Amino acid sequence: MKKTLALFIVTLLFPLTALVLRAKPAHVAPTRTPVPDTVLINGAGATFPNPMYSKWFDEYRKVHTDVQINYQPIGSGGGIRQIIAGTVDFGASDGPMTDEQVKQFKDARGANILHFPTVLGADVPTYNIASVKGELNFTPKALAGIYLGTIKKWNDPEIAGANKGVALPGDDIVVVHRSDGSGTSYIWTDYLSKVSEDWKNKVGKGTSVNWPVGLGGKGNEGVTGLVKQTPNSIGYVELIYAIQNNIPYGRVRNSAGVFAKANLNGVSTAAAEAAKSMPDDFRVSITDAPGKDAYPISSFTWLLIPDRIADATKKKAITDFLRWMLTDGQKDCEGLSYAKLPKEVVAKEMKAISQIQ
Amino acid sequence: MSSAASATGPAMSSWAPRTLLRRLRNGDEIAHLITLICASSILLVTSMLVYQLWVNSRLPRHEFGWHFFATSVWDPVFEHFGALPFIYGTVVTSFLALLIAVPFGLGAAIFLSELAPRKLSDTFAFAIDLLAAVPSVIYGLLGIFIIVPIMRTVVEPALKKTLGFLPFFQGPAYGVGFLTAGVVLAIMIVPFIISVSREVLLVVPQDQREAAMALGATRWESTWKVVVPYARAGILGSVFLALARALGETMAVTMVIGNDPKISASFLAPGYTIAAVIANEFTEATGDLYLQSLVELGLVLFLLTFVLNGLARILIVATQQRGGPAH
Repeated sequence: MKKTLALFIVTLLFPLTALVLRAKPAHVAPTRTPVPDTVLINGAGATFPNPMYSKWFDEYRKVHTDVQINYQPIGSGGGIRQIIAGTVDFGASDGPMTDEQVKQFKDARGANILHFPTVLGADVPTYNIASVKGELNFTPKALAGIYLGTIKKWNDPEIAGANKGVALPGDDIVVVHRSDGSGTSYIWTDYLSKVSEDWKNKVGKGTSVNWPVGLGGKGNEGVTGLVKQTPNSIGYVELIYAIQNNIPYGRVRNSAGVFAKANLNGVSTAAAEAAKSMPDDFRVSITDAPGKDAYPISSFTWLLIPDRIADATKKKAITDFLRWMLTDGQKDCEGLSYAKLPKEVVAKEMKAISQIQ
Repeated sequence: MSSAASATGPAMSSWAPRTLLRRLRNGDEIAHLITLICASSILLVTSMLVYQLWVNSRLPRHEFGWHFFATSVWDPVFEHFGALPFIYGTVVTSFLALLIAVPFGLGAAIFLSELAPRKLSDTFAFAIDLLAAVPSVIYGLLGIFIIVPIMRTVVEPALKKTLGFLPFFQGPAYGVGFLTAGVVLAIMIVPFIISVSREVLLVVPQDQREAAMALGATRWESTWKVVVPYARAGILGSVFLALARALGETMAVTMVIGNDPKISASFLAPGYTIAAVIANEFTEATGDLYLQSLVELGLVLFLLTFVLNGLARILIVATQQRGGPAH
């Protein structure tokens, strides 16, 4: 036994010694160290705003060469976990942190977490019915009923009533939802929770939920693929995805009783309407917002930033970036089909930046 | 290395290092050790994996206990978690895949090793090895765009018409579901079965075939009754390699199975597998219980693979005792 052990150690040591001997004489080539005064900032989180964030961090680097922001789109859940664990300088999420998570952060890091809305997203209902060519109108009750499985056929009075003159088939509705945890599902279930008590009590809201009915498609592309292929199906996708891929989608009745077709303007309007009664920490859902032009299935996406940043240079870099993002940065939004923040929200966020100490 | 050994060797007086050095000069000992380290590192990685899965699934193990295996609710909002529909989906899709892939793969392997000219066989083998290297997401896309429509419009209606009286072929034909996942998995694992089985059949000694022929067997009789049984252990090995891939497959399955955690007798119904739900929900999982339940699912998949592999070993031993080849 002893002998074997000794043999074992010797065998292990030989290559090591060889390595050390070889490493010694060789001079380490001077590696390219970053410019000493470059500030490195790390962030992680939501995937939905990633195209926007990549563009922003890239553009910002062009005007502020001394700041480099790295962002990893690992998902909202991961973003929240990492900011609580303190492994990143900022997180990003499609849903606001829960009270429990806010408390967890406070306990772990001894600071408060601030939510900064950056851009807006929205979900749209898309469907595939051979006999229907135009846009369908959906009432909140119809959407909740379809996704709860209580409305089973396309010619249900709740759907037919909102679509007078449209020949709806008597076929079963095939429901499609996202199978992967996503902010898109969060917005959709948050909306259904607001418009339907049944939904709120039975299913609730979240990035993944226990769907009462339906098939799961992976990602926006998975849902679109299933809807396109399956006759008499309905699904929901991100507005940006629908716009960029020319996917037809229906109108949804907002709280003012108007059937609103989703567009960037309607989404920004929903945020502006919601801003009037917005809490100071920005943790607010803007689904089912008031106002006749508001599109009801809209949501912010947030950056999560601690209110105490010990490193002064990092603090300056982050607050400077936030100011830039709220002014110049917002101009880049529509080029990438993101809805920009309404000016009421921007003004409010500008004030909130001073909370970072 | 040898110069270093001889330089320090005579200076040492104690017996242990001297014996050690003598043994070290013997290449066998070194080879023995290096391969031992390689082998034990596999064991180390496996045990560390299980340990991590065990430690990181503490919460749901305490919360749900054995009910985790018997509950069929998966509700991230109200935090009720059960693995049963995922275990069911994993087993059913893998079983369907094997049901399709084994006869097909074995048939192809027999043709390539016994009947086809060697040149043709080698060309085929090359193509099959290429097929085995295709990433699974490609199979998934292929599944969505080609297999799912065919299943929905042709295969599933035909099955319902002819075998619809069986509970396995009832309900609406969505195109996605257990059967489609089984078919896509079968396509993915067939190359493994063909490739390994062909190699195994090729190394069956020529004497065996000649002996069978000499006793008056036809070519097919010699193949089916002598060559295939001789290679049985290797063929079963290929099947279990394929099974392991089917159990753990993620991307291709999640794209065609419908991702609905329900237990249905019908193969046409949508389902869900363990690997698929982990891949789908892990990134966005918040809350410790939710996250750890996903980790526990990982542990369950590990156990499932372990149990099925164990059954496989027993099967191999049992069939060998019934007069397999002498080893």
